[in-house]
Amino acid sequence: MKENNKTYWKGIEQLTNDPEFVKNADKEFPEFSPSNNGEDGGPSRRDFLKLMGFSLAAASLAACEAPVRKAIPYVNKPVDINPSIPNYYASTFSSGGDYASIVVKTREGRPIKIDGNELSPINGKGVSAIVEASVLSLYDKQRLSGPYIKGEKSDWATIDAQIKSQLSIAGTVKIVTNTINSPSTEKALVQFAEAFGGAEVITYDAISSYGITKAAETSYGESILPTYKFDKAKVIVSFGADFLGTWISPIEFARQYAKGRKISKEKPEMSRHFQFESNLSLTGSNADYRTPIKASASGLAVLSLYNALAKKAGAASYNAAAVEVAHLDKAANELWANRGASIVVSGSNDPNVQIVINGINDLLGNNGNTVDFSTPSFFRKGDDAKMNQFVTDLNAGRVGGVVFYNCNPAYDYARGVELAAGIAKVKVSVATNMTMDETASLVQYVAPDHHYLESWNDFNPRKGEFSLAQPTISPLFDTRQAQESFLVWAGVETNYYDFVQENWKSTLFASQSELKDFQQYWDQSLFNGVVSIASNSSSLATISDISNAAGAIAKTYKADNATTELVVYSKIGIGNGTFANNPWLQEMSDPISKATWDNYLTVSQKWANENGLKMFEGATQKAKLTIGEKSVIVPVLVQPGQAIGTVGLALGYGRTNAGRVANGVGVNAYELLDHSKGFVNFDITEGVSIELLADTYKIAQTQTHQTYMGRNFVVQESILPEYKEDAYAGRYQPKIYKEGEFVKPSKISLWKGHQYSQHHWGLAIDMNSCIGCGACTVACQVENNVAVVGKQEVLNRREMAWIRIDRYYSSDAEVGDNDGLEIASENPEVVFQPMMCQHCNNAPCETVCPVAATTHSSEGLNQMTYNRCIGTRYCANNCPYKVRRFNWFKYHDNKDFSTVNVAQNDDMGKMVLNPDVTVRSRGVIEKCSMCVQRIQSGKLTAKREGRKVQDGEITTACASACPTDAIVFGDMNDTSSKIYSTLKIKEETLSATKEVNEERAYHVLEEVNVNPNVWYFTKIRNKDKSEA
Amino acid sequence: MQVTSSVREPLITGGKTLKDVTHDVSRQVEGKPTLGWILGLLVAVGVLLLGSLALVATLWEGIGMWGLNKTVGWAWDITNFVWWVGIGHAGTLISAVLLLFRQKWRMAINRAAEAMTIFAVICAAMFPVIHMGRPWLGAYWALPLPNTFGSLWVNFNSPLLWDVFAISTYFSVSLVFWYIGLIPDFATIRDRATGLRKTIYGALSFGWDGAAKTWSRYESVALILAGLATPLVLSVHTIVSFDFATSVIPGWHTTIFPPYFVAGAIFSGFAMVLTLMIITRKLFKLEDYITIGHIELMNIVIIITGSIVGIAYITEFFIAWYSGVAAEQYAFVNRAFGPYWWAYWSMMTCNVISPQLFWFKKIRTSIVATFALSIVVNIGMWFERFVIIVTSLHRDYLPSSWAMFYPTISDVGVYLFTFGLFFTLFLLFAKFFPVINMAEVKSIVKSSSEKVNK
Repeated sequence: MKENNKTYWKGIEQLTNDPEFVKNADKEFPEFSPSNNGEDGGPSRRDFLKLMGFSLAAASLAACEAPVRKAIPYVNKPVDINPSIPNYYASTFSSGGDYASIVVKTREGRPIKIDGNELSPINGKGVSAIVEASVLSLYDKQRLSGPYIKGEKSDWATIDAQIKSQLSIAGTVKIVTNTINSPSTEKALVQFAEAFGGAEVITYDAISSYGITKAAETSYGESILPTYKFDKAKVIVSFGADFLGTWISPIEFARQYAKGRKISKEKPEMSRHFQFESNLSLTGSNADYRTPIKASASGLAVLSLYNALAKKAGAASYNAAAVEVAHLDKAANELWANRGASIVVSGSNDPNVQIVINGINDLLGNNGNTVDFSTPSFFRKGDDAKMNQFVTDLNAGRVGGVVFYNCNPAYDYARGVELAAGIAKVKVSVATNMTMDETASLVQYVAPDHHYLESWNDFNPRKGEFSLAQPTISPLFDTRQAQESFLVWAGVETNYYDFVQENWKSTLFASQSELKDFQQYWDQSLFNGVVSIASNSSSLATISDISNAAGAIAKTYKADNATTELVVYSKIGIGNGTFANNPWLQEMSDPISKATWDNYLTVSQKWANENGLKMFEGATQKAKLTIGEKSVIVPVLVQPGQAIGTVGLALGYGRTNAGRVANGVGVNAYELLDHSKGFVNFDITEGVSIELLADTYKIAQTQTHQTYMGRNFVVQESILPEYKEDAYAGRYQPKIYKEGEFVKPSKISLWKGHQYSQHHWGLAIDMNSCIGCGACTVACQVENNVAVVGKQEVLNRREMAWIRIDRYYSSDAEVGDNDGLEIASENPEVVFQPMMCQHCNNAPCETVCPVAATTHSSEGLNQMTYNRCIGTRYCANNCPYKVRRFNWFKYHDNKDFSTVNVAQNDDMGKMVLNPDVTVRSRGVIEKCSMCVQRIQSGKLTAKREGRKVQDGEITTACASACPTDAIVFGDMNDTSSKIYSTLKIKEETLSATKEVNEERAYHVLEEVNVNPNVWYFTKIRNKDKSEA
Repeated sequence: MQVTSSVREPLITGGKTLKDVTHDVSRQVEGKPTLGWILGLLVAVGVLLLGSLALVATLWEGIGMWGLNKTVGWAWDITNFVWWVGIGHAGTLISAVLLLFRQKWRMAINRAAEAMTIFAVICAAMFPVIHMGRPWLGAYWALPLPNTFGSLWVNFNSPLLWDVFAISTYFSVSLVFWYIGLIPDFATIRDRATGLRKTIYGALSFGWDGAAKTWSRYESVALILAGLATPLVLSVHTIVSFDFATSVIPGWHTTIFPPYFVAGAIFSGFAMVLTLMIITRKLFKLEDYITIGHIELMNIVIIITGSIVGIAYITEFFIAWYSGVAAEQYAFVNRAFGPYWWAYWSMMTCNVISPQLFWFKKIRTSIVATFALSIVVNIGMWFERFVIIVTSLHRDYLPSSWAMFYPTISDVGVYLFTFGLFFTLFLLFAKFFPVINMAEVKSIVKSSSEKVNK
């Protein structure tokens, strides 16, 4: 190889032999030369070591996986949104006629909590479990994320074009919907109907009240629901109407009912409630006199009440088989004594029965007072006959196009299977359902609606009452409000918001004269959420003859039906099944059965004994329920109070296309409903047979012990006549012997007691007002990020609820007979006792924690420091109320719980979490904090404004959700507070551990002297002395 | 000091000389492991590994792996804890209390009994840590350590904290006591050994030189430690019983617990010592050192403590009835006749009825009967703790919360783990440490042989 003699200069400096260059020429890094002393100003060895050290540390730090957390500030901050400050918007919850005017709490633009709207004359500040839980459905990832054509994802332009062109040539178009009580929606549908040849709107309700509307048509000539006023009734008689739980407008009725049930020494009067029913309902469990009757005899019972009253009124009575119904005569006498101030309702969907009910209320002069047909309500408009005809038409191929507006008849209509088959026969089928449910999965076009929290809408739940719904978040998915879809398909250009405004401008705004500016009127209406307008009451035609109805009843009802009867009911948590995919509702413990995650056949104790079935800790057997040709296999639950010869089964379960949470939970009872009589009949009195199978099954109940074992230190109750004589009636006042005298347990203590110089928070719980509806339990779950643990963990007795409602049945056994006391009466009295952390002044949990993770606050709260908790569970063991909950597993971000604990596992579900409350980690104890985050924020607001905290300004989630005001929260140191006056706190105990003068107020387990800050009021039943 | 009543039976039989003692005991340490020992160790390690699956599962997934629930927050974990602590009582009682009472028969068994104590306390101490929801923090947060969290300190009101002190004190004193006793024996083995063995035992014997001064110091230390350990025998289980006695739960809140627990602990501890001794004397051919006389004496202790426990059970019932407190009365009726009646009657049978058989001399001097009954007693004592903990919790004040407890496979597995650990440690001890205190036994050999030579 030829030698290369070329010289390559390193740079111009080498060529010129620059002195500086020569000096450093032999160094590898001429510019950077570590030296020992660094005297030339360069880096020293120390610097080198420092740099090395830093690099090493930096490299190893970088190797550790630090979570990337971004806090991105607003570039342009929305005017009304301040980080960590909640905003509240008035809106309206509505689902198929179920209605609640609400206030939505949003944080950083996310709706996280729903409260009742105090301004609403219907539901007030009360809500129901379903309303509370509906906020989670907003973040359900299984909602459709855009329009679908024949199961394929599409876009709005395509689907609009296809639907428009297809529907216009489809022939007869029908719109199927549940009850709509929105005037603008109805108007939009009219526009749609006009565009497609007068498409007929067919309204049905999963849980129909057709019987009442049909009866009203017969009796008064108008197919409407009346307005009921339970608060004005001194005597309430209900034939199977679960008006406190699930019937028509339960939040409203519960509110009214509670008004008549609150008693005090100043007002020792309360309404008397008779209930005649087959299943033990929430309402029946609150009744003073409850008589279990067979469904087959219910019509006759109504008729014989009519006859008894007619006799008193001197009116004609009707022939019918005689039925022996306990308390019916008593009810008749008292109704008669309280004419005009009593109410008789029936849950039957049989128009004939409802006609007789109308007759009864007319006889009593209740019509216009407690039952007001001149102010119709619009909660249910379903027409069973029309729907029945529609399904027949559908299968006969007489329907060309069908639009399902947010309804799911393939699942929740008695003829759902036929309807599903019929859908295939129409040319065009459209659904606006939010999820690919049982119906939507059958249609060609799915144009998913917004969630109601993303929508504009208006409502007219009752004559003269209006409310608005406004979006509280921009749509999460590529959905479109159904009304807007209808307008688009009808070729109307206006968007729905403008449409609603236009509608209001032309109707409501025009009808008033107070405000001149529409914008002002609109803003005010939107701010309040509700608008009431005075309406002139329309006079109704007088009642027509009830003889036809009476004759029909005499024919169809039997006094001595020997066969088993099935009474289909709905649960307060799951309702008609629309919200079944909501884990909060699935895990909500049913107020009566205390069961979660299932429906089941409720059977009487007698039946269980006859068939050798014994339930223990939820372990039971399955049974085969056969009705004609249909049969289902369903677990059995022994239900005290179940009328002998009847069984009950809840609707809303057995969903197949609801989503991950609800699919496969329970069985579908809609399929078992009878539609042969022209209305959907929930009482199946013929052809029912039950066969107990050997298969065992476990029902996840949160409470498996049914009675309170005669423990008057837990439940204290009395009856009204005794209360009138002695306000301490039913009170158990333990005394302990000390130095020659008997003293209250609180007088003997190892502890010095606490000083509460500022606030002293407490709760007063009226067991007379508490109806057990469970709205508080869901409200607490939402507010406090309480985990859902799923059926298996409930079976393991590990539900996380911070507040539970203990439900106890009475027993026939004497105190002392421990085995006997475990068995509930055949037709028990029921008591509900909300139970949460009692925030004891001498808290047994606080003394035993080895690391002081649970401590007493200076405001009387027993506070739990999750970060400090090491999870010995000693506190939970030592809690006499067993209200402390342990995180047995990691419930958040854990795939084992991702199906059930949606709010803490999927990225969208997490948006519902309350940012003010820590999501607890595995291995720590948690419990009711008395909503300390709310207390804190209330105090801060007051502090910022330089004033004292006002009573009512701060309230707990449970108290605010309670439709009956059974829970009163407040500062017991504040002499102007409601809790102070309710409890009649002794003035000398201000700033210290409280003592009260209220006779009914007591501490659960007073003799243990843990001295809680939660007080209970004795339950008083309005029974006569002889029968108590 | 070495005066022995001439009418007494010799404590060591078979006419053993001092050399025989050294030989008989050291033989086990120096010889090849026996087949029985190897098989035993394999089983123990097998159980340990099997149990560790459950332990790891619990630590990985959470306490939910156990059968506990919202109502029953403690069950097998604390039952096992109290059970092991109880077992751990015998060692100290034998070596310390009997030392102070100059009961020389203890000398043949104290070494093994102390070892058992230490291993039992290790097993016991595991449970308070692993039963925590967050053991990785709780393991040191439960100690009163200065910290940077501000004024955050442990809660000195909590009986669980007292437990921490009680158990750790007991463990350290027992360990030191045991080890001090081992030093002269290690030196003996060292002196007989060569090579690596010599180095190891040399290190273990802390340079023991056998000088009179050393012996004198040794005796003093033993006596001082015995004095320190004696109150601990009473205090540890007293404090453990405070976990329950200071609570408000019916069935727990009982002032009788401290003496009742201590008696029960000695009861179960002696039973466990018997179980182990009967196996060891057979396996290691130590019949002349651990004699029928030892067994009989221990059986007498078992009758006494068993009867104390029995009286305590009856007293509890009486007090519950006498208190007039409904919840308290129910708690005890529920124990005997509620859903866990079988646990209660197992306890009564095993703890109160079966030890009464020891009134018959034939039974209390029968190896087979003693072995069987010693196991029965420990089963009974496990049930006692189960009855106290689970049946009191599962039905306390509010009937709405009443629930049942069903153990899971992890509950069983963790218990098995402690068995594996205990027997592994005990077998290792039996092989590598002198199971009988040679130095002390030699002192009684002499006095016995005097009588024999007379």
